[in-house]
Amino acid sequence: MILPYFIIIPLLAAFIISLIAGKKDNWAVILSVIASSALLVLSLFSFISMKEETITYSMSAWSIPYGIVLVQDALTSFILVMVSIISFTSLIFSIQYIRHLSMDWKYYSLFMLLVTGMNGVIITGDFFNLYVFMEIALFSAFALVAYGSRAEEFEAAFKYAVMGSVSSFLILVGIAVVYSATSTLTMAKVAQILPTLNNEIVLWVGAIFMAGFGLKAASMPFHAWLPDAHSSAPAPISSMLSGVLIKALGIYVMIRIFYNVFNAPEVFMKIFLVLGTISILIGVFLAIGQWDMKRLLAYHSISQIGYILLGMGIATPLGILGAVFHLFNHAIFKSLLFYNAGSVEMALGTRDLRKMGNLMKLLPTTSQTSLIASLSISGIPPFNGFFSKLIIIIAALQAGLPWYALFAVIGSLLTLASFMKVQRYGFKGETVIETAENKIGWRMNFAMITLAVLCVVTSLMVVPGIQEVTLDPVVKVIANKTEYIQLVLGGLNGN
Amino acid sequence: MIVYLLCFILLLVGLYGVLTKRDLIKIILSIGILGYAVNLLLILFAYRNNSIYPILSKGKEISPMVDPLPQALVLTSIVIELGTTAMLVALAVKLFEKYNTFDITEIRRLKG
Repeated sequence: MILPYFIIIPLLAAFIISLIAGKKDNWAVILSVIASSALLVLSLFSFISMKEETITYSMSAWSIPYGIVLVQDALTSFILVMVSIISFTSLIFSIQYIRHLSMDWKYYSLFMLLVTGMNGVIITGDFFNLYVFMEIALFSAFALVAYGSRAEEFEAAFKYAVMGSVSSFLILVGIAVVYSATSTLTMAKVAQILPTLNNEIVLWVGAIFMAGFGLKAASMPFHAWLPDAHSSAPAPISSMLSGVLIKALGIYVMIRIFYNVFNAPEVFMKIFLVLGTISILIGVFLAIGQWDMKRLLAYHSISQIGYILLGMGIATPLGILGAVFHLFNHAIFKSLLFYNAGSVEMALGTRDLRKMGNLMKLLPTTSQTSLIASLSISGIPPFNGFFSKLIIIIAALQAGLPWYALFAVIGSLLTLASFMKVQRYGFKGETVIETAENKIGWRMNFAMITLAVLCVVTSLMVVPGIQEVTLDPVVKVIANKTEYIQLVLGGLNGN
Repeated sequence: MIVYLLCFILLLVGLYGVLTKRDLIKIILSIGILGYAVNLLLILFAYRNNSIYPILSKGKEISPMVDPLPQALVLTSIVIELGTTAMLVALAVKLFEKYNTFDITEIRRLKG
C-alpha cells in the first residue's frame, strides 16, 4: 500500500511548493525537506520490511492486462533507498548553495519533480508509464542544468535536451515495436509472450533499447552530452545527475529490461561487456587530462558506469553482485565528490585545479571528506569502492574473462592517478590559501560528512551476515531473470 | 509495407536534420519531425484494414475496429513533445541572448 506514495509525496510537494511559496524560499525549503525525509524513511522501511516477496499495486484497481501496475521487489527498494539518500543530502546541501545563486522556490519545485520522475521510473511495471516518468525526470533535469543562467549552462542544457529527446524517441520506437509484437505494455506480460514469438524481435527491440537507454546511461559511444551537462549544472544537481539519474534512467531500466523481460540474451551480455570495458578505459583517459574539477568528475562517471556494465555483462551471480554494489557505492562517493567541488567553487569562486592550493586550513571538512571520497573511488581498502571493484574483477576472472579483468585493473590504477592529481593540486597544493569568498555553512558540511561516513559504512555490506539481508535479495531478483513474470502476475497485490 | 518504409524515411529525415543542421531552430524542427515519425509509427501499428473508429454506440453493428490504445499513447506523447519543444525553444531564446547567434558552431564555450 505504500507503493504509490513514492510518486504521490514528491509530486504533491512540487505542486504545493509552487502554490504556497511567496517570493522567498523558506516554505519551499521546509516542504521539500519534509517530503524528501519522508521518502527516505519510507524507502528504508520498505527495504527492511520486505525481504524476497514482490508487491504489486494496480493503479485505479484496473487489473494487470488492462491497467498500469506498480511493482516493488528487492531491486526496486534498493534503488529507491539509493535515490532517497542522495536526494535528501543533495537537498540539505542545496539550501545554502542555491541561496548563494538566488532566493527562488522554483529550484525546489523542479527538484521534487526530478525525484518524482526517478521514483516513477523505478517502481513502474509498464513500458509506456516508464516513458512518461522518464520524460518528467528529463524535463526537470534540463531545467535544473540551466538553472544558473550562465551562457555555458544554457549551452550544456541545449545539448542535453537534444540528446535526451533523440534517445527518448528511440525508446518510444522500441516501445511501439514491443506493443505491436505482443499487444501489451505490462513488462511481465511482455516477458511472458516474447519467448513464443520469433527470436528476431528481441534482437531488434534490444538494439533500439540499447541505443536509447545507453544514451541515458552515457556509456561510451553515447557519452558526448554527459561531461557538459554534469559539469555545468549547480553542484547538488550534478550530484543528482551523476549519482542517481544516469543509474535510475539508464542502468536500472537496462537491468530490468534485459534481465527480467528479455531473459538476458547472450548477444546483449557481450555488448554490455564490450561497452563497459571501452567506457572504463576511454572515460578514465579523458578524465586524466582535465583541469576543471567538475569536468574531471563527470568523465569519471562514464568510467565508473563502465564498471557497472562490465559486472552486468559477466552475468554470473558474483558479477551481478559486484555491479549492484558498485551502483550503490558510486552514487555515494561521486555525489560526495561533487559536493566537494561545489563547496570549493563556492568558497574560492573557481573550479580550476591549478588555481586551488592548500585548502586544509580553510576548508577542513571539504578536504578531509574529499580525501575519503578519492580513496573510495580509486579503490583503496577499507572504503566501499575497493570491495565492489574487487568483486567485479574476481567475477571476471572466475567467468574466464581475464582480459576484461586486466582492463578493469588498469582503469582502476588510472583512476587512482587522476585522483592523486586532484588531491595534489586541488586540496594539498603548495600555495596556502587564507581567504574565502563565502563561508561554508553547517548544512553543506553535514551533507558531506554524512556521505563520507556512508563511504565507510556501506563497505560493511559485503560482511557475510549483512550481505545476506542487503545485497543478496537484489542479486536474486536479477539473477532469476524471467521468474519476474510469476512474481508479478501471481504476486501479492498491495491494494 | 510501403507506408512503413515512408514512415521510416520520415524518421531518418528527422535524424539527419538533428545530426547535420547548424541552426538551432532547424535542429528543433528536426526533433519535431522525428517525433511525428514516431507518432505515425504508433498509429500505423494500430491500423487494421477495413475497420472503423473504436467507439461503440447503441444500435451500431459490431465490426472490426482499429486498436484504440496506441491512439491514447500518441495523445500523451504529443503532449510530452509539446513540452520538449517549448523547453528547447526557451533554451534557444536564452542562447541567442547570450551568444547573439543561432549557429551551433559558434556556440562552443564548453570543450575538452
